[in-house]
Amino acid sequence: MPGLTATANRVNDFVIKFANVNGTGSASANSLVMKAIFRMGVPVTGKNYFPSNIQGLPTWYEIRVTRDAYAARAAQVDIMVAMNAETYSRDIRELGSGGYLIYDSTWPRSSLLQRGDITVIEVPLAKLVNESFDGVRNRILLKNIAYAGVLAALIDIDLTVISALLAESYGKKPKLLDSNTKALRLGYDYVKQHLTSPLPLRVEHMDKTRGHIMMDGNTAAGLGCVYAGATVGAWYPITPSTSLMDAFKGFCERFRVDPKTGERNFAVLQAEDELAAVGMVLGASWNGARAFTPTSGPGISLMNEFVGLAYYAEVPCVIFDVQRVGPSTGMPTRTQQSDILICAYASHGDTRHVLLFPANPEECFYMAVQAFDVAERLQTPVFVLSDLDIGMNDWMCPDLKWDDAYKPDRGKVLSAEELAGLDKFYRYVDRDDDAIPYRTLPGTSPKAAYFTRGSGHNQYGGYTEDSAEYQVVLDRLKRKFSNAPKYLPKPALLGKGNSEVGIVSVGSCDGAIREALDVLGRQKIEVDYLRVKAFPFNSDVESFLKSHATIFVVEQNRDAQLKSLLTLETAVEKSKLFSILSYSGLPMSAEPVVNGIRAKLEEAPRLTAVSRKT
Amino acid sequence: MSYINKPKVAHPSLPVNDLGMTRRQYEGSMSTLCAGCGHDSVTAALVEACWGLSLRPEQVVKLSGIGCSSKTTSYFVSGGHGFNSVHGRMPSIASGANAANRQLTYVGVSGDGDSLSIGIGQLVHAIRRNVNMLYVIENNGVYGLTKGQFSASADIGTTAKKGDVNCSPPIDPVLLALTLGATFVARSFSGDKAQLVPLIQAGMRHNGFALIDVLSPCVTFNDHEGSTKSYTFTREHYHPAIEADFVPKAEEIAVDYSAGESIPVSLHDGSRVILRKLDPTYDPTDRTAAYNYIGTKLKQNEYVTGLVHIDETDSTEFHNLNRTSATPLNRIAFEKLSPGRAALDKLMARYR
Repeated sequence: MPGLTATANRVNDFVIKFANVNGTGSASANSLVMKAIFRMGVPVTGKNYFPSNIQGLPTWYEIRVTRDAYAARAAQVDIMVAMNAETYSRDIRELGSGGYLIYDSTWPRSSLLQRGDITVIEVPLAKLVNESFDGVRNRILLKNIAYAGVLAALIDIDLTVISALLAESYGKKPKLLDSNTKALRLGYDYVKQHLTSPLPLRVEHMDKTRGHIMMDGNTAAGLGCVYAGATVGAWYPITPSTSLMDAFKGFCERFRVDPKTGERNFAVLQAEDELAAVGMVLGASWNGARAFTPTSGPGISLMNEFVGLAYYAEVPCVIFDVQRVGPSTGMPTRTQQSDILICAYASHGDTRHVLLFPANPEECFYMAVQAFDVAERLQTPVFVLSDLDIGMNDWMCPDLKWDDAYKPDRGKVLSAEELAGLDKFYRYVDRDDDAIPYRTLPGTSPKAAYFTRGSGHNQYGGYTEDSAEYQVVLDRLKRKFSNAPKYLPKPALLGKGNSEVGIVSVGSCDGAIREALDVLGRQKIEVDYLRVKAFPFNSDVESFLKSHATIFVVEQNRDAQLKSLLTLETAVEKSKLFSILSYSGLPMSAEPVVNGIRAKLEEAPRLTAVSRKT
Repeated sequence: MSYINKPKVAHPSLPVNDLGMTRRQYEGSMSTLCAGCGHDSVTAALVEACWGLSLRPEQVVKLSGIGCSSKTTSYFVSGGHGFNSVHGRMPSIASGANAANRQLTYVGVSGDGDSLSIGIGQLVHAIRRNVNMLYVIENNGVYGLTKGQFSASADIGTTAKKGDVNCSPPIDPVLLALTLGATFVARSFSGDKAQLVPLIQAGMRHNGFALIDVLSPCVTFNDHEGSTKSYTFTREHYHPAIEADFVPKAEEIAVDYSAGESIPVSLHDGSRVILRKLDPTYDPTDRTAAYNYIGTKLKQNEYVTGLVHIDETDSTEFHNLNRTSATPLNRIAFEKLSPGRAALDKLMARYR
């Protein structure tokens, strides 16, 4: 963790936070800084704290420069680029001791100088920009690039790298390239002429980003849907899932439009609401297309009815839930993992659903593909439980890879030829004794026809109100769900596996936990960590719970939903599970994990985490 | 309901269609609706229409929501897939299914509860999306399966079986569809098979959303004196304004209509609808005129029937707007859909 002594030389290990006003074009400047550092070979993460608003409210962007390639949010800010006078007082409070605050001294604010343990850096940005450029909007935009120049000088970003990035962005628009380069130099040169630079917090070339990309999870998931061969996407706009469909559509326009005819091998349906969106997914999947819908918590609430139909009538269905803060509308632009239980048991009646838990954008890509395979193999809804932190923030991850040998698993779908060899087709008979029936697609042959219904049906697909016939189907559905883990990703174990103390977690807690394990390891506290990747749980989860005396369940919600699911769906003793919860809406940092585990171990010293002799 | 299944043996002299199939081969399972239910007459018209069009049974997709009317989908064309979804949500299933495969014939059957209350949002948006499907509303003004509550199409002043009087104004699906820009809007009566069959056939051939509101009396809960959707009331207030004859592509037009009384409309597949105006003041191709005429007649307690509005010049059908490939999306080879390794490797450069 950075920031203990900000005044010490902290090369490639500090946090910059930009305080901006939303709608002023600051995102491109912030991204420029982040990408420049990334291109210098130094690992970074970029986290966006934005309001549910279009223009005029405070927004922040945080870049963690992390030579150890930690993915989590750092709990401290070392450099604050304070570009929003409305939030000066709050921004200065957030800065760690020994940190730096840069602000626009065109309008001096002596009150800012009240804090003695930080350094305030004054740059008359507006004045510089106004002297050099015309036009209100232009000046606002270029002031952002000017502060990027200031920062470049202060933390020693390689100017040739930034210039190359600008050239890539504006290569075809020489006027824009000129003005941006000029604005960059304004800030840069001002620092070089008037201030001491670089700061002790600075970047230096490394070689730790080769073979990596900066990507957000929604882009990765949308790309995954394209690679999986999805042709129908239905959705209703909702933060923070919207950019997933934007990405899908963008990639389809690039890869799926016939250049000669303009014909499109995809259909994106913007539905009237989430009920309709998931209904469209069911209709399309039932008809043999790979179809999906991205949504977030409120959409999941609305989709419950159809999810129950998909479960009972056995219709494949892929739902991406980019989780945000609930309950109700909650905080739409903040992150949480609070839809675990509603997704696991969505809809009335006895229903249980397959969940996948990606931990980063890379996994969003691969799990998107896997979600379609599993949904079609098991003929059931599959939820991919991402969250705002994964979906909308910029993560460094390894290059996405594709194996051209991949063949989609379309599940048990009978062709006209196969049907011709059958005496009669029955939709829900367990012919292979694996609890998965065969299905047919409309248009195949008259022999393929069956009636899909959410009302009581027997294994032959007929309507029934007969108890025994009903139970045959319900019991098979239960068996099908129990067999599901063999099609799902196994949990990932970190550690030797023989410590007394374990951590179980899912999704985007991963970065915080890995960082915490390093901190604890330096304090000689050994902890095993099992990251669950899917529900229903693999038997490895059961074994891990059994073999560890004390287990911390780390998750981002108030009510310990993962812990609840573990106690309901495994044989674990409830008394040995301890929750570490982070539900502030901010991406998780390592602190609560380190502090939570240390506090518990101090309270019960006998639990001191030593390795068991096996 | 009937208690005895008709034997599935067809008499050799039964007429066959172009596929060599008899009407019996377009039937479905035995109806479980009340004896005398208007919906069963609609079923018979659907069977007749599909047989007459010589549709391959497997090319017919039958979709419905929940309610008495929604059971209809299992009573015709047993050789086609059926989907009895959830209450009021059939239009979204139809939209998705149609997106996946544009080549099949989609027939939605719904009721006034399913379409005008719980499902009105989905109906409205399926019309707006202009999904290529036939959407039949079996309209009886009453909730049958839950024992006789008024539906949103019940007229002011109509009485329930137990005497309650409805005070809320009705939602008329025909006026609704006209305001939403539907390009094929018709009304008929379950008891008028001669009118209904060509309407169904033309609706199936129309390239876009085709709505037929079929007044279909509920013999059990809404067929008494005081009801405005009983058989008696409907017959007395039935106002055929326009008759439609469906003429398949292959057939020459045999009937010669006198000028000013007939309007031939060519459908996108080359077949034609011949509209005969029974009321000379009425113009079914003019949406605004149609709206005014039907609204005026409704105020006089007259149900205007026939193909009340058609617009074959419209090109807003979903796939037209989307420029979807001619090959149905569910049949495109995976290799054409997944861009492959080389494309991904190249794409990565954008994210560095």
